[in-house]
Amino acid sequence: MGKGRAFFEGSRRLACGAELHPSFTFRSPIARILAANKGEDPQVSSSTLQSKIALPEKREITTTPRLSDRIFRGVVTGGGLSSLVILGLILIFLAYEGYNTLKAQGIHFFTGSKWAATTGANGHVDFKASHFGIAAMLIGTLICATIAVLIGVPIAVSASIFLTFYAPQAVKKLAVTVIDLMAAFPSILFGLWGYFVLDPIGVYWAKLIHKYFNWIPIFQMPAGPYFDRSPLIAGLILAVMIIPIVTSISREIFAQTPLDRIQAAYALGGTKWAMIKNVAFPYARSGVVGGTMLALGRAMGETVAVYTVLNIVYQINWHILLGAGGNVASMILLQFGDASQEEVKALMAAGLVLFAMTLIVNSIANLIVNRSVKGRS
Amino acid sequence: MTTVAPVKNFDDVKPQTPWSASMRDRQMTLGLVIAAVVTSFVIVGITPMKGKLAYFVIFFAALLALDYTYSRLKFGKAAGVDSFFKTLFTVAICITVLPIVSILWSVWQRGHKGLHWTLFTQNMKQADFTGPVGQGGLIHAIIGTLIIIAIAVVISVPIGILTAIYLTEIRGRFSRPIAFLVQAMSGVPSIVAGLFILAAIVYPLTRHFNGFEGSIALAILMIPTVARTSEEVLRLIPEDLREAGLALGGTQWRSVALIVIPAARSGLFTAIILGVARIIGETAPIVLLTGGANVMNINPFSGTMESLPLYIWTGLLAGTPESFTRAWAGILILLALVIILFTGARYLGSKKAAN
Amino acid sequence: MTDEANNDITNENNGEEKAMETKNNSSLASVSAARAAKVGESRVGTGAIGVGLEARGVHAWFGQKHALANVSMDFWPGTVTALIGPSGCGKSTFLRTLNRMHEFIPGAAMAGEVLLNGDDIYAPGTDVTKIRLKVGMVFQKPNPFPSMTIEENVLAGLKLAQLKVENKNELLEECLTRAGLWNEVKDRLKSHGGALSGGQQQRLCIARSLAVRPQVLLMDEPCSALDPGSTLKIEETIGHLADSVTIIIVTHNMQQAARVSDNTAFFLSDGGPGQMIESGPTNEIFSRPKDERTENYVTGRFG
Repeated sequence: MGKGRAFFEGSRRLACGAELHPSFTFRSPIARILAANKGEDPQVSSSTLQSKIALPEKREITTTPRLSDRIFRGVVTGGGLSSLVILGLILIFLAYEGYNTLKAQGIHFFTGSKWAATTGANGHVDFKASHFGIAAMLIGTLICATIAVLIGVPIAVSASIFLTFYAPQAVKKLAVTVIDLMAAFPSILFGLWGYFVLDPIGVYWAKLIHKYFNWIPIFQMPAGPYFDRSPLIAGLILAVMIIPIVTSISREIFAQTPLDRIQAAYALGGTKWAMIKNVAFPYARSGVVGGTMLALGRAMGETVAVYTVLNIVYQINWHILLGAGGNVASMILLQFGDASQEEVKALMAAGLVLFAMTLIVNSIANLIVNRSVKGRS
Repeated sequence: MTTVAPVKNFDDVKPQTPWSASMRDRQMTLGLVIAAVVTSFVIVGITPMKGKLAYFVIFFAALLALDYTYSRLKFGKAAGVDSFFKTLFTVAICITVLPIVSILWSVWQRGHKGLHWTLFTQNMKQADFTGPVGQGGLIHAIIGTLIIIAIAVVISVPIGILTAIYLTEIRGRFSRPIAFLVQAMSGVPSIVAGLFILAAIVYPLTRHFNGFEGSIALAILMIPTVARTSEEVLRLIPEDLREAGLALGGTQWRSVALIVIPAARSGLFTAIILGVARIIGETAPIVLLTGGANVMNINPFSGTMESLPLYIWTGLLAGTPESFTRAWAGILILLALVIILFTGARYLGSKKAAN
Repeated sequence: MTDEANNDITNENNGEEKAMETKNNSSLASVSAARAAKVGESRVGTGAIGVGLEARGVHAWFGQKHALANVSMDFWPGTVTALIGPSGCGKSTFLRTLNRMHEFIPGAAMAGEVLLNGDDIYAPGTDVTKIRLKVGMVFQKPNPFPSMTIEENVLAGLKLAQLKVENKNELLEECLTRAGLWNEVKDRLKSHGGALSGGQQQRLCIARSLAVRPQVLLMDEPCSALDPGSTLKIEETIGHLADSVTIIIVTHNMQQAARVSDNTAFFLSDGGPGQMIESGPTNEIFSRPKDERTENYVTGRFG
């Protein structure tokens, strides 16, 4: 190959350096035209050289589907679009029902903490005069969810690292089965267990924390002392609920860490922890963050479990050891029992806000997880 | 000089694994654990820290410190840190598993007292939640749950599977939005689904509570699970099968209905079972839409209907020891159902994997 | 008459074949001889005492499958040894027993000893990470860490093994120079490792392995995923490295073995475990192999 003496007598050289035996002719029309363009094929007459480089038109490939297939596609597409329809309907109905409340209350809906309906002279609920404020519940939602993530995610990620990199096969199978089972537990089970079993333990820990750490403001006790059913305990039960989810997702992601990088780390004399820190964590980081956000979304929307372990009080409470708080979902459940149909509209507004919040968090989480799974090098 | 290796018989050579933990290593680990236990007892004895929590926390701290120190002295800093994190991660898995064990134990311990034959034969018409535990039962709750779940399955399974078919077979131009929406739908809080049905059906149309409305709300919660799992299962079916169907001149729908779906059958059943497990314990929509009753009501379109989650909920709210016991008994039955469903899904999943 | 003529023709053909064989052999042999002459006597005494790395009766299993049997070899300091042979006869497996990477495969087992400076690396109570610092490895597919810059990649070994070094920049430049990459990347040390070409990435991996100052460097078909230009560059690098590091290279390419190695070992499996059939100085293996199977392989009759 390359320049130098030609191998065959009378051969031609192409631009790429290849040498053509003199008897060689191009076969396909395109090849002939392209070669003619470069002036390399003496068999092509000059008239062909003149008649341009017209490549044939691409043919459009169509088919007329049979009727049964058209119906099939229609039905399936309809079914597929149902999720769009349902989500859209939820949004529309909640907005429609909650509109009056939001309009009447305005920003007060988000800044006020009181929840009391005032009936006007005409016997209907006066949405303007009433107090519908979910500020305390919004803050409470955030506090409980944050505690849940702060406690639950490190434990879950550590457990998933153990399962991926340290566990012997038998232990791993057993643990994965058990953890997946826990992910299937109904939330009312966590509610019962949380109230009867976790709450007493949580109160004990809260008292300890209060004893030693009450120089930190959030651990102070402004009234009471009421340690029972506090945001801390709600956060604990939510942590227990999200640990299986985060463990599952993290485990799947860690298991996909590219083997060649792992081997490179070991071959350089790294310990297992060194490999995890320098190879597994950077790889899994975005996926684990996505999983955490999914768990956050779940924690924000949890209704029954929070209802049983958190004492709902309509006042913003930052003192997580004090038994007062609430989240939007449990408040809706609580108020529903006593509310008249009109008051329920105010609850719909609260539901709309909750729906929007969880939708946003979940969407961001899914974007992160999808991006991390697809864009893997 | 080149050397030629001699030919030999290798039957007497035994494979070994010199890197796995030797007896000595295992003894050392056990010794460290015992040392940590002793340390925790000692420290609890001499300092004011008391209680079960103190024992555990000090045990873990001591174990971490001892592992680090031993490995560091033996092999150096990197090994010490490695040992430290190994112990830490082992502790983490124990903490993860602990609540599960506690939950299962509590449910059994507190619930089995409430188990009586009457549970399965009577309803709560002539009994009170706060009354003695032997009276009254939850047969109406079980039947109610079965009816509600059945309707939810009938609604959600076709939609979920159709969605999955759209995503894997048709792969039309809505695929990305639909996949995104299905994921978004899986995050809808259960109470929001309840509120939605209230606003869309109960208030404007039916003006009363019944089982069917609860079913629809539960179906909304179930669709994403069914759709996602079905999609995963359908994706696993090799492309060759579909192409074989089409190459034989079949229409797409025949190829899907007669080849792909049967091939994915057990996986689709798994998807349905997982969906049922997801909704079987959902309380909030039931409270909002279906209400409860003391007697059996098998008509989902008229009248409130008792269900297991509501039974448990009522027991909890009633506030007396007897009602609590009823609630625990109810959750015991509910949990048993969940475990059966879960095991069924696993079994089907492993059968498919074996195929 | 026809038979005679046929015989003549056959003989002629055989003669031609033999001529071709000798041509092949002698071309391999001449390459390796040329190399030996160039390297001269300087290779043998690098001041190290004794055999650096020895394998004694090494066997390897994957679960029940006996993959490697009874390999015994010495690797002297300052030499380059090539392991050649057809696919699947245990060369890479053997390589991995030398730095204790074999044990990562589930179900792996071994027998025999591997002595590094006289001590068995499989002895109980050995710190395996220290072994891997002394016996480094370069893999077939270049695997720089994508989340790290070029500089961080080279120094990654220090971070992983928690080693302290006074002058990181000096070490960085030294390793990249020895790997033959310094001039190409010295202006972009802070850019990401993934942006380099395949050959550059592989040289980066070599630089990375050198940073922890190994005594032995194992190379598992380092050029098989690369284009010929990069291959040549890496072979040059191997030539320069051999002064300070014992190199053991697995290769499918006999010409490469002839170009870079001082000694060659031929592995073969007859359906059972892979064994080392013959080993010795490279130009002898290629010109005067003792075993018939070796001769068949190096003359291209199979493999």
